[in-house]
Amino acid sequence: MSVPILEVRGLKVSRGGVPVLDISELTVQAGEFLSLIGPNGTGKSTLLLGLAGLVKRNAGEIRFHGRAITNGSDMLEYRRHLAMVFQEPLLFDATVYDNVASGLKIRGMRRSHIRPLVEEHLELFGVAHLSSRSARKISGGEAQRTSLARAFATNPELVLLDEPFVSLDPPTREAIIDDLGRVMQTRRTTVVMATHDRMDALRMSNRIAFMEGGGIVQVGPPSEVMHQPVNQTVAAFVGIETMLEGEVRDSSAGVLVVDINGRSIAAAGSFTPGERVMCLVRPEHVMIFPAGSSTESSARNRFTGTVRSVQSFGLIHRLEIDCGFLLIAHVTSLAMEDLHLKQGMTVNAAFKATSVHVIRSSHS
Amino acid sequence: MKMRNLSLVWILALCLAALVAGSPAEAAQKNLILATTTSTQDTGLLDVLIPIFEKKTGYFVKTIAVGSGQAMAMGSKGEADVLLVHSSAAEKKFMAEGNGVSRKLVMHNDFIIVGPRADPAGIRGMKSAAEAMKQIADKGAVFTSRGDNSGTHAKEKDLWKASGLNPEGQKYYQQTGLGMGQTLNVSAEKKTYTLTDRGTYLALKKNLGLDILVEGDAILLNVYHVIDVNPAKFPKVNAPAGKAFADFMVSKEAQAIITTFGVDKYGSPLFFPDAGKPEYE
Amino acid sequence: MELIIEGIRKAIWLLFTLDPEVLGITWLSLKVSGTATFISLFIGISLGTVVALTRFPGRRLVVSLINTGMGVPPVVVGLFVTIFLWRNGPLGLFELLYTPTAIIIAQAVIATPIVAGISLASIQKLPEALRLQILALGATRAQMIWMLIKEARLPLLAAVMAGFGGVISEVGASIMVGGNIKGYTRVLTTATVMETGKGNFDIAIALGVILLIFTFCINAILTGIQQRERPR
Repeated sequence: MSVPILEVRGLKVSRGGVPVLDISELTVQAGEFLSLIGPNGTGKSTLLLGLAGLVKRNAGEIRFHGRAITNGSDMLEYRRHLAMVFQEPLLFDATVYDNVASGLKIRGMRRSHIRPLVEEHLELFGVAHLSSRSARKISGGEAQRTSLARAFATNPELVLLDEPFVSLDPPTREAIIDDLGRVMQTRRTTVVMATHDRMDALRMSNRIAFMEGGGIVQVGPPSEVMHQPVNQTVAAFVGIETMLEGEVRDSSAGVLVVDINGRSIAAAGSFTPGERVMCLVRPEHVMIFPAGSSTESSARNRFTGTVRSVQSFGLIHRLEIDCGFLLIAHVTSLAMEDLHLKQGMTVNAAFKATSVHVIRSSHS
Repeated sequence: MKMRNLSLVWILALCLAALVAGSPAEAAQKNLILATTTSTQDTGLLDVLIPIFEKKTGYFVKTIAVGSGQAMAMGSKGEADVLLVHSSAAEKKFMAEGNGVSRKLVMHNDFIIVGPRADPAGIRGMKSAAEAMKQIADKGAVFTSRGDNSGTHAKEKDLWKASGLNPEGQKYYQQTGLGMGQTLNVSAEKKTYTLTDRGTYLALKKNLGLDILVEGDAILLNVYHVIDVNPAKFPKVNAPAGKAFADFMVSKEAQAIITTFGVDKYGSPLFFPDAGKPEYE
Repeated sequence: MELIIEGIRKAIWLLFTLDPEVLGITWLSLKVSGTATFISLFIGISLGTVVALTRFPGRRLVVSLINTGMGVPPVVVGLFVTIFLWRNGPLGLFELLYTPTAIIIAQAVIATPIVAGISLASIQKLPEALRLQILALGATRAQMIWMLIKEARLPLLAAVMAGFGGVISEVGASIMVGGNIKGYTRVLTTATVMETGKGNFDIAIALGVILLIFTFCINAILTGIQQRERPR
């Protein structure tokens, strides 16, 4: 593998004496899209500012193409290889054109060279028709497009996005994400994006880093973070609702048997009997059958239970099923109708052993 | 590019400011600071005399019109080169302290007591100014004082002393702290009595509605002297210029102008030339 | 009433016939107050920006000093400038008292805290993240400061206007340090005071009308700025 575009080691930042960021190690490969996710206030924005050299480092090292960036003159040089887009568009009180041109002007580029670049990027982000308008008189979506155009106009190697879509309405944000995706595909720009929206992270990223308490607790491809969270916080954040604590009974034959309130759950994993563990099941991995049906399923885990509550999320319904422990399942509207599911009904619930992700219990 | 243009404007503006700031200092030796009373400026006499003096000598006169008291205070700190004042007692003290080189008699006019036409205190035609002041107080009328240590204010204090009254804090006594012209305006507006030099009164008469009620008492004589400030005591004083101005004020040319000044406008002269005459006391 | 009408008539006459003395006084007022404003702009904006963008011990004190300076009575400034410029004062060597330069100095001292205070407030009012955004665009520190000043240009223009309006209509300090010398340091305000003292109400009114026109224009521009300024 070639030299990573960005390497961070031992980065520590504190604010008012309180440590807010502590990144032992993070590597970003050229051309990848890395999302930083996690609840608000866990240091995502601070990490981005740290990567841009915009907060005072208490300790640590940032390497760009293998070269360490100090706080001296190479910091400016480094910053001119990157671009950053914030939650607010932060446009200047000037025309849209001048805003997009500002990064190039800062680099002292000649006006004749600036023009084609600005026009290209106005076009790319769909704001060419606003070129001569004041940046103060355009909509929020148009402003964020302008901000993105400004960031990409300098052809940065690395783009840092700090919750750039959070204050946009859904159609606008979809359209902008589409445009951004297209630009990045042609440019192969490296992106690090902070977001607290796991869906955005899932569909845009090559890798996801989950942040908690100023540090990174898990980095990996989206499916890994989604399905194999390392702890309960990550699990909750990525949408796992069923978390059952129990004790490993048996680990022979490559299958774990975990005792939960006297009931056994089969799962995959390598733990030794007697260990306290947590079984995590994604709600969309739980299948529901009518009670007493003989439908054979390959699922190892089968339980009979009562529907405690039904909650509608439009196309998806969330069921709470009491089968000695509380199991959460997501069922489509179609399945709801087919099965005539109602509160109080007795149903069979099933999920595969491979759908159960087992982690060490935080209480042990 | 735009940035560079703007910073250029910035620098140009600074240079301009420095230029404006720097230019007058070069001509320092040519400057003469004349500290004088408001009456000489308010009557317009200096507007006539100074251009002639400047043309003749090439000096640039900075006329600072304040009260006689403040003018002498400036002189006694060496902050003025020459004084044109009318406050005899203070002038003598000024000379006695060695602040001046010479004190020359320039001109006189007289003080008058003016008041509303209706004359509620009934002082019209009284021969003694001091008694008139006492009557104003006794009749419960109001006297407006300049209260600014000017020559006029000094004279007024003399009159109160002669009348045996101490007006400070009394109901019949109001102080403006302003120049003669403005004090006359106040007095006219409030229909009170005041002491003024004749020159300023004549110059402002048209708008006032105040009548001359008491005049001609010997104590009301208003004498102007020119004093050049002593360079031996204050080395920064422009002594040649001060002396030139003092000499000019008692010259035939200036004295002739003083004789006729105001006749065309007010029908009578505002000042009477006195150069070379013996002192009044 | 007659007097006022007569005064206004005379005022219009003086204005329309371009009376050389009135013109001279007006021009001097503009020159002196304009220069003073320029100087205060340079010092005030620099000071305001530095204080707005840096954290240092004693910063609070500087901020309160600036705020106090915004309200110092001009005559107090006049008094201190006079004392400094006296022949025998600390700066007496330059022989500046009773010169237009002295008025410029006094007026600059009056206007600088006003400009600094408004600059400080308007730079501070810019979103904190804007600084980071500018740096992230690859700006040097100097470029960042310049861009922030440009961003705050409307309130800064207001600062200029407030400073200029403050000094051109100021009389106390101008008369103390300038001496109201005819054709040299006589500005609109000091001339108005003197002409009133002399009972020449017509000229006083004429000068007053000119001052009024200036202050009206300044306020019109200020209002225009405030109308254009929109919430971010």
